[in-house]
Amino acid sequence: MEFNIYDFTSFTKWIDESLNAAMSPFWVMITEMAIIGVAILAFYALVGLFLVYAERKVCAFMQNRVGPNRVGPFGIFQTIADLLKLLMKELVYIKNADKLLFNIAPFIVITASFLAIAAIPFARGLHAIDFNIGIFYVVAVSSLGVIGILLAGWSSNSKYSLIGAMRSGAQIVSYELSVGLSLITMVVLAGSMQLSTIVEAQANGWFIFTGHVPAVIAFVIFLIASTAETNRGPFDLAEAESELTAGFHTEYSGIRFAFFFLAEYMNMFIVASIAATVFWGGWMPFHVPGWEGFNTVMDYIPPFIWYIGKTAVIIFILMLFKWTFPRLRIDQLLTLEWKYLLPINLFNVVLMAFIVLMGWHW
Amino acid sequence: MRGLINYFSGMFNGIISLLKGMGVTGKYFFTSPVTIVTQQYPENRKTLEMFDAFKGEVTMPHDENNEHKCTACSICQINCPNGSIEIVSRDVVNDEGKKRKELDKHLYNIGMCSFCGLCIKTCPSNALAWGQEFEHSMFTRDKFVKTLNNEGSKLMQKKGVE
Repeated sequence: MEFNIYDFTSFTKWIDESLNAAMSPFWVMITEMAIIGVAILAFYALVGLFLVYAERKVCAFMQNRVGPNRVGPFGIFQTIADLLKLLMKELVYIKNADKLLFNIAPFIVITASFLAIAAIPFARGLHAIDFNIGIFYVVAVSSLGVIGILLAGWSSNSKYSLIGAMRSGAQIVSYELSVGLSLITMVVLAGSMQLSTIVEAQANGWFIFTGHVPAVIAFVIFLIASTAETNRGPFDLAEAESELTAGFHTEYSGIRFAFFFLAEYMNMFIVASIAATVFWGGWMPFHVPGWEGFNTVMDYIPPFIWYIGKTAVIIFILMLFKWTFPRLRIDQLLTLEWKYLLPINLFNVVLMAFIVLMGWHW
Repeated sequence: MRGLINYFSGMFNGIISLLKGMGVTGKYFFTSPVTIVTQQYPENRKTLEMFDAFKGEVTMPHDENNEHKCTACSICQINCPNGSIEIVSRDVVNDEGKKRKELDKHLYNIGMCSFCGLCIKTCPSNALAWGQEFEHSMFTRDKFVKTLNNEGSKLMQKKGVE
């Protein structure tokens, strides 16, 4: 077995071959699915815990505070302590709530984000499912989460939950359009929906540089729309603390609340991963055509580090959004989408198609 | 046409103002250890200095001769909304045989004080002031009653009076 940090293909192949030597193809498939599931689950939990900590620290620094700093050095174990607390808390059952829907809603939300993470390319060869319609799959799957949110709001038997869920539904239905159209702009440029092909196409320059103005516009629109889609501030009116106590998860307690919380942060991570993959080249190192020495130096940084770095920068931008802008009203939210983002986006797709047609994009 | 101009100018002005806001928070983020204003209280207890405007407790400043300015007029006691001040005065006879009031004890119950500052504001002789001490917790309630004037202190004599 050769373990290469720049290319995981041989490593995954080695696992596949050694499993094939030991058991029948059916059981190989089952085992591989289990391995990938456990790996993604562990990754999911770690990233979720870290993101909650990161958000609290970033928010604190922007507000001239220190942030969590009591549990462990610089407070890094704070979120683990919070998780343990949430695990031990009582699960309160709500009178007249729809028990079944109330119980499965958090799992739908978390499953939706879990499905999306499978299609993300983390590094060369480190890619669970490489669909030929990867982007389409991610967009479709990540919008499943709204079903969970609507179910949570409906089944809680609480006016705050219901209003929050309805707002969230209106918001996601509108902003889904912008997310899709801005990704379609990039699909036009890449000529493919397969995420691995999209990453490979950016070897000689990321799409945000090679795609000229339409790529930049699409990137900005994607950031705005995906912030809205993940129900984060300034579009957090689905859980507007000051109006709706906590929106759709008002009635949830203990670990079920933690599921919603974790899913929100993981959705942010997925959205940032997609943005990094489609616009900033995913795990592809930063290359400038012609600068051979520079390109070689960049290639020394492992692809996984590139991927994490780009995702972290985009997550930081999303956090900057949340802690800078005040929350929008529902009419402002819909005005922004239907009167600004959607027309600009449609124009942008046409512009990108024109640029690709004229062959100006390389 | 005007509508179109408004549409685009509004959009660009909005984007510029959003970027300005992001600039402010971004600046604070990247200069964060310098600009942090919160105090790490239990750790920096030895070095912590409170601000002049901080309302920690009511104090009665004494000068180096152990003299204060309180004339025992009871205006602070009358003005206190919570009844947390009690003036205990004694009658003294001066050299000319005149009887006059003098401060015996200025009793201040910090457990009932709401730190409104009316006593300090209304004191005609500026005998009271804010102190910066804020660690007031006690095990029993009667320890909250403090005598503000020092033991054996006297009224500061104004020059030219009497």
